[in-house]
Amino acid sequence: MSALLQIENLAKRFGGIVATDDVTLAIASGELHAVIGPNGAGKTTLIAQLAGQLAPDSGRIRFSGEDISGLPMYRRSQLGLARSFQVTSLFLDLSVLDNVALAVQAQAGHSFRFWRNARGESELREPAQGALERVGLAERAYERAAGLSHGEHRLLELAMALAGKPRMLLLDEPMAGLGPEESARMVTMLRALKAELTILLVEHDMEAVFALADRVTVLVYGRVIASGAPSAIRANAQVREAYLGEQEAGHG
Amino acid sequence: MNARLDLRNIVLAALLTALALLPVYAALTHNLFLLTLFTRIVILALAAVSLNLILGFGGMMSFGHAVYLGIGGYAVGILAFEHINSGFVQWPVALAASALFALVIGALSLRTRGVYFIMITLAFAQMAYYVVAGLARYGGDDGLTIQKRSQFFAPLNLTDKTQFYYVCLVLLFASLYLVWRLVNSRFGLVIQGARSNDTRMRAIGFPTYRYRLVCFVIAGTLCGLAGALLANHTDFVSPAMMYWTRSGDLIIMVVLGGMGSVAGPVFGAVALLVLEEALSGITEYWQIILGPLLLLVVLFARGGIDGLLASLSLRLKIMAKVRA
Amino acid sequence: MTLFIEQCLNGVQFGLLLFLLAAGLTLVFGIMDLVNLAHGSLYMVGAYFAATFAAWTGSFVLGAVLALAATLLVGMAVEVVVMRRLYGRDHLDHVLGTFGLILFFDELVRLVWGPEGLSLPLPWWLNTSVTVLPGFDYSAYKFSIIVVSLAVAVSLYLLVMRTRIGMLIRAGASNREMAGALGVNIKLLFTLVFGLGAALAGLAGLMQAPILTVQIGMGENIIILAFVITVIGGIGSIRGAFIAALFVGVVDTLGRSYLPDLMRVMLSPNAAATAGPALSSMLIYLLMAVVLVVKPEGLFSASSK
Repeated sequence: MSALLQIENLAKRFGGIVATDDVTLAIASGELHAVIGPNGAGKTTLIAQLAGQLAPDSGRIRFSGEDISGLPMYRRSQLGLARSFQVTSLFLDLSVLDNVALAVQAQAGHSFRFWRNARGESELREPAQGALERVGLAERAYERAAGLSHGEHRLLELAMALAGKPRMLLLDEPMAGLGPEESARMVTMLRALKAELTILLVEHDMEAVFALADRVTVLVYGRVIASGAPSAIRANAQVREAYLGEQEAGHG
Repeated sequence: MNARLDLRNIVLAALLTALALLPVYAALTHNLFLLTLFTRIVILALAAVSLNLILGFGGMMSFGHAVYLGIGGYAVGILAFEHINSGFVQWPVALAASALFALVIGALSLRTRGVYFIMITLAFAQMAYYVVAGLARYGGDDGLTIQKRSQFFAPLNLTDKTQFYYVCLVLLFASLYLVWRLVNSRFGLVIQGARSNDTRMRAIGFPTYRYRLVCFVIAGTLCGLAGALLANHTDFVSPAMMYWTRSGDLIIMVVLGGMGSVAGPVFGAVALLVLEEALSGITEYWQIILGPLLLLVVLFARGGIDGLLASLSLRLKIMAKVRA
Repeated sequence: MTLFIEQCLNGVQFGLLLFLLAAGLTLVFGIMDLVNLAHGSLYMVGAYFAATFAAWTGSFVLGAVLALAATLLVGMAVEVVVMRRLYGRDHLDHVLGTFGLILFFDELVRLVWGPEGLSLPLPWWLNTSVTVLPGFDYSAYKFSIIVVSLAVAVSLYLLVMRTRIGMLIRAGASNREMAGALGVNIKLLFTLVFGLGAALAGLAGLMQAPILTVQIGMGENIIILAFVITVIGGIGSIRGAFIAALFVGVVDTLGRSYLPDLMRVMLSPNAAATAGPALSSMLIYLLMAVVLVVKPEGLFSASSK
C-alpha cells in the first residue's frame, strides 16, 4: 500500500538543540499512526514541520506523492492535510459555529466575496453544523468559543480539523488536559474517524494510543528509536527503558 | 445578522436621525457654526469608519491612516490648482491615488506584525508628509488654497453649505452600509479570523496576507474620499493633514467610539469633536484633559462608547428578565 | 573636501544623538515589552529643563546636570503612575495610552512655559571651534556632543554587559517571573530602566537644544526617526540601535547636503527644486523599506544585546 505521507530524513536544529534528528517515516493511507515519546522528544516540532509552520533544515515531506516540503501552511491544508493544535488555538471571540464555518470556508473556493452575508450561506453553515454534530457540540453552536470548557475546546479543535474534509489529520495531543470521561469520548470519536481518514496522532495518553493505533513510532530526542505494531513496541526493551519505564514510574 | 431592537441600535438610529436633521435645526437657530462643525464631524467620522475596518475588525494597528486624508485632499487641491475643477476627475483621482498608495504601503508593511507594523505605517505616513511639504509648487509647508470647490452637474453645488453637508452625510451613510456588508461577508470573516488568530487561519488554508492587503487598500481608499471631502470643506490643504499625530486623532475616535461595531467610530467622532468644542470653551489648555482622558478610556473603558452601551443594554435586559 | 568631512562629522553627531534617543526606546521595549510613544516628550522636557535651569543658574553645565536629574525624576514618576498599569497589555493599548501622554505633556509644557519656544545659548567656551584634523576646524560644541554620546554609549554597553545591574536587566528581559522569583525587585528594576531611558532621551534633548530651538512638538518630530532606527536595528537590540542610528544619521545628513545638488545635475532646475528636498527627506524611509523587504525583524535580532 502506498504511503500517503512520506517523511524523508527530516532534520531541525534550534541552535545547539537537535529537535528533529534524521526522521524517516512512511504513513500508509487509512492508517492511524501514533507518535509517542517523552517530553522534549520533538513531537510538536515534527507536526509543525509537517504542517508547514516550521521549515526543516533538511529533508523532504511528500504528501500523496507530491513534494510539499516548500509549501506554506495554507497550501498544505488546501491539499487535504489538516492539523489540530496541542495548545488550543481557536477564534475565541467568534462563535463556535463561526470557528468551524471558517474552516469550511477555507476549502470552499476563494473568499473575495464582499457583499453576501457569509453567516447565511448554507454551503458554509451546513457542513459546519455537521462537523459540530460529529463531535457533539451542536447545541453550543452560537456561543462564544471563549465560553467553552477546556474539554469542549479540544472537541472544537477536532471539529475544525474535520470541517475542511481533509484526507489526513495531524492531531497534536487531542486529549491534552481531558478527564477520563472526556478522554473516553475522544477515543470513541477517533475510532470512528479512523474508517474515513488517515491520522497521525501525537499523544501521551498510552491507553488511547494502544487502543487506536495501527502502528506506533517512538521518538526520543528527535530520533526514531523504534517503529512498528503496538505489541512490538510494548515489548521493545529500548522503548521500555527510554519511555514506558517513565510511564510506569507513576508519570501521568 | 439580526438587527435587534437593543439599546445600541436605538441610540445609533437616534444619532443618525439627529445628524440628518441637523441642517434644519441649524437653519432654524441661525447657527451656521453648528453646520460647519458637524460637516467636519461627519467627514472625520467617515475617515474613522475606514480606519476601524483595519483597526477594529482587522486588528491592523496602522498609525499612518491620516496620510490618506492628505492624499485625497491634495489630489483635489493639486488638480484645482491646475484648473481642473471637475469633481468627476478630482474624486476618482483621489480614490485611485489613495488606493495605489495603500497598496504599496500595505504590501511592505503587512509583512510585519505588532509594534513593527505600527512603527512602519507611522514612518511611511511621515515620508509622505515630508514629500508633500517639499512640493514648493503646491505650497509646501504653508499649504495650498483651493479657489473653487469640486464641480459637479448643476444643481449640485458644493459651495452651498447645506448641500455639502448632505453630500458628506449621504457618503457617510453609504460607507457605513458598505462596511457593514463587508465585515459580514466571506471576506470580512476572513479578516476577523485573521485578527483573532492569524496562525490558525493560515493553518486551515487562508493566505491571510492577501486578504489583509485588500482590506488595507479598501480602508485607504475610503479615507481618501474623506480627504477629498475635507479639502472641499476647508478650501485648503496642507501637509499638516498627514502629520502622524493626526493619525493618532483618528485612532482616538475609533477607540473612544468602540472598535467592535461598524458605527462605533461615528460615536467616537461626534463625542471627541463635541468634547473638544465644549472643553476649549472652558479652557484653552483642554488637551491637558484629553490626554489623561484617553489614558483612562484605554485602561478602564476599552470598549469605548459602543462597549458601554452594550454592557448597559445587557444590564437592562437582565433587569427586564428579573422583573418578568 | 573639508565640507565633506564636516558633513560626515555632522552625520555622526546626529546619528549619536539619535542613538541616545533610540537606545532608551529599544531598552524599554526589549525589557518591559512596552511601546512608548511619549519617549519624545521626555526629550522635549529635557530640553526645556536645561534651558530653564541654565538661565536660572547662569551655568550651562549645571543647567544640563540639573535637567538630567529632573528628567530622570519625571521619567520615574511617569513609570510609577502610568506605565505600570500598561505592562502586559496589548501593544495598541500602549500606543494609545502613551499618545494620550504626548497630548498631556505638550499641553503641560505650553501651560508652564508658554507657546513660544525657548533658547539655550552656548557658553563662551563651547561656542568656538576645535582643530579636529590639520587644517580642519569643527564646531567645538558638536564635537563635544560626539564625545559625550560615545562616552554614554560605551557606559551603557558596560552597564548592560559587565555589571550586576546589567545582568539583572538582562535576566529580567529574558524571564521576568523567574527573575522575580529569585528575589530581584522587578518593579524597582523597571522603574530604574525606564528612568534610564528617560535620562537618555533628556540628554539627547538638552544637547540638541542649542542647535535647534526648544519648542513644543520637538519630540513628535524626532521620535519618528527613533522608531525608524529601532525598526532597522531590530527592537530590543542596543547594538542594532547604535549601528542603525549612525547609519541613519550619516545618510540623512549627507543626503540633505548632496542630493539637491545631485538632482540639479540630473534634472531641470525646477524639478530639482522639488525633488531635491523631497528625496532627501524620503531617503531614510526608503532605507527602512529596503531593510523591511530583506529582513522584516530588523538587522539584529532582539536576543543579541
